[in-house]
Amino acid sequence: MINRRCLLASAALLASATATASAATMASGTATGGLGLVVERATGSLLLVDRVRRTALGRIDGMGDLSHASLTYSPDERFAYVFGRDGGLTKVDMVERRIAGRVVQAGNSIGGAISDDGKLVAVSNYEPGGVRVFDAESLEMIQDIPASAKTIGLADLPGRRFIWALWDSGEVWIADFSGPAMALTKLGDVGRNPFDGVVTDDGSTYLVGLFGEKGVTAIDLWETPPKPVRFLKDYGKPSEDLPVYKMPHLQGWAFTGGQFVLPAVGAHELLWVERATLEETSRTAVHGQAVFIIAQPASPYVWVNFAPPGNDTVQVVDSRTRKVVKTLQPGPAVLHMEFAPRGAEVWVSVRDANLIQVYDTRSFEKLAEIPAESPSGIFFTARAHRNGL
Amino acid sequence: MAWQNLPNWTWQRMFKETTALLGFGLALAAQPALAQDAKRLAHMVKQDCGSCHGLTMKGGLGLPLTPEALEGKPAEVLATIILDGIPGTAMPRWRPLLTEDEALWMANYLKRGMTR
Repeated sequence: MINRRCLLASAALLASATATASAATMASGTATGGLGLVVERATGSLLLVDRVRRTALGRIDGMGDLSHASLTYSPDERFAYVFGRDGGLTKVDMVERRIAGRVVQAGNSIGGAISDDGKLVAVSNYEPGGVRVFDAESLEMIQDIPASAKTIGLADLPGRRFIWALWDSGEVWIADFSGPAMALTKLGDVGRNPFDGVVTDDGSTYLVGLFGEKGVTAIDLWETPPKPVRFLKDYGKPSEDLPVYKMPHLQGWAFTGGQFVLPAVGAHELLWVERATLEETSRTAVHGQAVFIIAQPASPYVWVNFAPPGNDTVQVVDSRTRKVVKTLQPGPAVLHMEFAPRGAEVWVSVRDANLIQVYDTRSFEKLAEIPAESPSGIFFTARAHRNGL
Repeated sequence: MAWQNLPNWTWQRMFKETTALLGFGLALAAQPALAQDAKRLAHMVKQDCGSCHGLTMKGGLGLPLTPEALEGKPAEVLATIILDGIPGTAMPRWRPLLTEDEALWMANYLKRGMTR
């Protein structure tokens, strides 16, 4: 009797141990918080990376033309939504490491965003122009918002809303999906040829950079109704402009220590603007035309990369002194930088070296090199929890 | 915006300015001396032009630059656009980075559909 009871008990123990082991295996295979995707633009593939172990885990092919690609993550970090140049919207399963769905929704697209509840994916298109909104689960189109202009700067706002600007007409629009039917609002005209727009980290302001004229437009999203305010109206003169060999991106526009730091367009400078007053306070001479200016999390530093021909260099600028404190030369064609969420390291894509380089942000020591095919954008899953991406 | 929608003055200026370049370009036969140059220029077309025009040249912020889109546009005119840009648009002047024969090589390369 005792023996039998003992046997039963050990069988139960064994079963429970097996269950635990299988759960553990499952868990190690499904945690996505340390993962990321790197766009390999020449081959139309994504490299799945593990930022914690600083290694590549595998490659996912079949994404189409990724020459200007970006992506966003579902709130549970399980799925990535990849926006390709050829109009493809691809849903990638980060756990099973495969394509979970794909639609070619337009002829030529530029970017996208996911709603705060993770239910809607919006894509901004060049051809035909406008925004299309899809069900995040099925990728079925639920709303078409056509425009006779190229759409830029699409971002999510709290409350199932999206905001974007139009390159050709200089308009800014908000689509609100919080009610039973979409509500579409034009916020006004922001200026000639907006080239990108970005929502500040606190969600209070949509900033729009202009290419066709001097200046930046800010829209206070906490005002009702929000209205455009122009600032930096007089920086530079068109006749003195240097050629811009790559459009600056604003997604990295840094907001740090009560200031914005913006890329001058057509000048090798960063512009510092007091956040409260929108007054320019100073400029920093840098290596070239700034493309991305990204704040290193939990630090006073911003990191900058550049358009050709200065695109082999990265500079680090202290937002307190507004001085360049470090110049790195990762190699030919530095296209993007992505920080670990708490800022300890930064991943840099070096396209023509076919490498991702990982740097310690305190010592600037190179910690790792990871081979990749013409890498461009690097996207860690932590982006799932940030607004305005 | 399509090619035919470029302001008239742009085309007039392009043609006027390229008359001189035409003879110059023909003289050089628009071929870089070394295969290495061709490789470098082809890479530049794909990656740097591709930033705005798309890696496959089907267009993006910039116009399409496929052979079909460039049909009827003389290579010399295109070379001038590459060198001097199009004022009032995002097309920059590449003269600081390219010689005239390099620009002409690029124009012909695009017209051939990016084949050698």
